[in-house]
Amino acid sequence: MLKVHDLRAGYGKSEVLRGISFEVNRGEVVTIVGVNGAGKSTTLKTLCGVVRAQSGRITFDGADISNRPANEIVERGLTMIPEGRQLFPFLTVKDNLLMGAYKKAARSTVAKRYEEVLEMFPRVRERLAQHAGSLSGGEQQMVAIARGMMASPKLLIFDEPSLGLSPLLVEMMFEIIEKITAQGITVLIVEQNVFHTLKLADRGYVLENGEISLSGTGQELLDSDHVRRAYLGM
Amino acid sequence: MDIFLQLIVNGLLLGGAYAIISIGLTLIFGVVRVVNFAHGELLMIGMYAVFLASQQLGWHPYVSAIPVALMLFVTGAVIQRFVIQPLLKADPHIQIFATVGVSTALLNLGLLIFGADVRQISPGFGAESFQLGELSIVSGQLVTFLMAIALVGGLHVFLQRTYVGRAFRAVSQHRYAASLMGVNVDRMYVYAFGLGAACVGLAAALLSTQYPVFPTVGSYFTLTAFVVVVLGGMGSLYGALIGALLIGLVDSLAGYYISPDLKEVVYFVIFILILVVRPTGLLGLGRGSE
Ligand SMILES: Nc1ncnc2c1ncn2[C@@H]1O[C@H](COP(=O)(O)OP(=O)(O)OP(=O)(O)O)[C@@H](O)[C@H]1O
Ligand SMILES: [Mg+2]
Repeated sequence: MLKVHDLRAGYGKSEVLRGISFEVNRGEVVTIVGVNGAGKSTTLKTLCGVVRAQSGRITFDGADISNRPANEIVERGLTMIPEGRQLFPFLTVKDNLLMGAYKKAARSTVAKRYEEVLEMFPRVRERLAQHAGSLSGGEQQMVAIARGMMASPKLLIFDEPSLGLSPLLVEMMFEIIEKITAQGITVLIVEQNVFHTLKLADRGYVLENGEISLSGTGQELLDSDHVRRAYLGM
Repeated sequence: MDIFLQLIVNGLLLGGAYAIISIGLTLIFGVVRVVNFAHGELLMIGMYAVFLASQQLGWHPYVSAIPVALMLFVTGAVIQRFVIQPLLKADPHIQIFATVGVSTALLNLGLLIFGADVRQISPGFGAESFQLGELSIVSGQLVTFLMAIALVGGLHVFLQRTYVGRAFRAVSQHRYAASLMGVNVDRMYVYAFGLGAACVGLAAALLSTQYPVFPTVGSYFTLTAFVVVVLGGMGSLYGALIGALLIGLVDSLAGYYISPDLKEVVYFVIFILILVVRPTGLLGLGRGSE
């Protein structure tokens, strides 16, 4: 579904990604693991058309989407739930969700989707009329995920969804991600919570010094000495 | 007492005129985050267009309203696309100079084409006044006032209920997140600038029944519009309406009870007080609230 080939990207003169290749197949949950500053967010942003790719190729459903405008990529069915929620603070929760269905393909089924999403997030339903900026951190994260779901994406990308959540909410968030995959949505996820994520993921990649140093199934990576030492602290 | 009531009515009606000019300004600022110093010159262009349509085609200014609004939509969109947008990544100061530059260019274009003469349409309806009990009301002022309220209502519905309107608000609050939702941010800016300019086109048609046109007519109104927009809270639609009505009242009352020459002093004092006491304006919640 998503194929990334020899991708290089960075900011100005500093190169963050030095030729990475990976792929995500339909129906999979794939994760990218790396230390802070390894370039995980940069990778995801490049996929979304927010950061420019200097070279390399990104194909999604067979179409080359490298350096296409962000709105076109969203239209094609790739949606990212960004690091740090990034809600519209002075829009109501309801309007935030409706913004999630902004893309043309999502508008015709918005009413149905809205109900489905609220079904998944009963807590969000209680807050619909409130400004998103006035929600607690955990509630904001739920709204951010719900907003991403509103686009009915083919591939949903999560960047650090559990950041700042209490253990109970982290638990709940992972359950939600499982529900999402059960709906047939493919997931690419970056998480601090490496152990939990590798348990959930079908496959994973380890990003180090701007390159993919290791890859394998979730279980293989969990068993790898390198991953255990560097990322699980065992 | 009668005179007081008449002054209040005059003030509110005048406020309607200020409102209809300020709405576009606050919309452009609210979404694009650019202070459009060329706003007055857009009004001037609109009023000349209305004047020409009246002279050459015999159109009543109210007939010209829609075509002139469309013309100004295009003008605004072109300014955003070809002047402001290339500078979006540049320093904000440079953007200010850009709209000042557009303003100067348009002003001189007006002078070049039409000369400095003051021209006036005699439209019939819109210029005459009628009696309502003890009160005397100019019909065009009443129409302007009602249209200003209708415009605020219409824009409110547009911003709340439509995808593009919602995207306007989203873009003004969080560009990056809006782009992740699939919003073409640059295009929204072009639409918003166009829409703001179209509001001025409407204003031009409405005001042409009462005011003459000359190349610097814009600065006569926009100075007040800036006061109104800051007073109401930059980017706030209702703020602009309420600010305009307040300034209209101050204008009317201070003009009578203090001195016509001092009324501007009075509202600039208000302007400065607002900046000192409540810089976000009466209804502003701060950056990006609209
Ligand atoms: N807008 C930017 N301009 C310049 N450099 C940036 C920018 N964003 C990120 N970087 C740099 O790129 C590198 C990779 O950052 P990135 O955000 O991709 O890391 P990350 O793997 O997501 O880290 P974290 O786990 O902390 O979120 C870092 O060194 C960072 O300082
Ligand atoms: Mg990151």
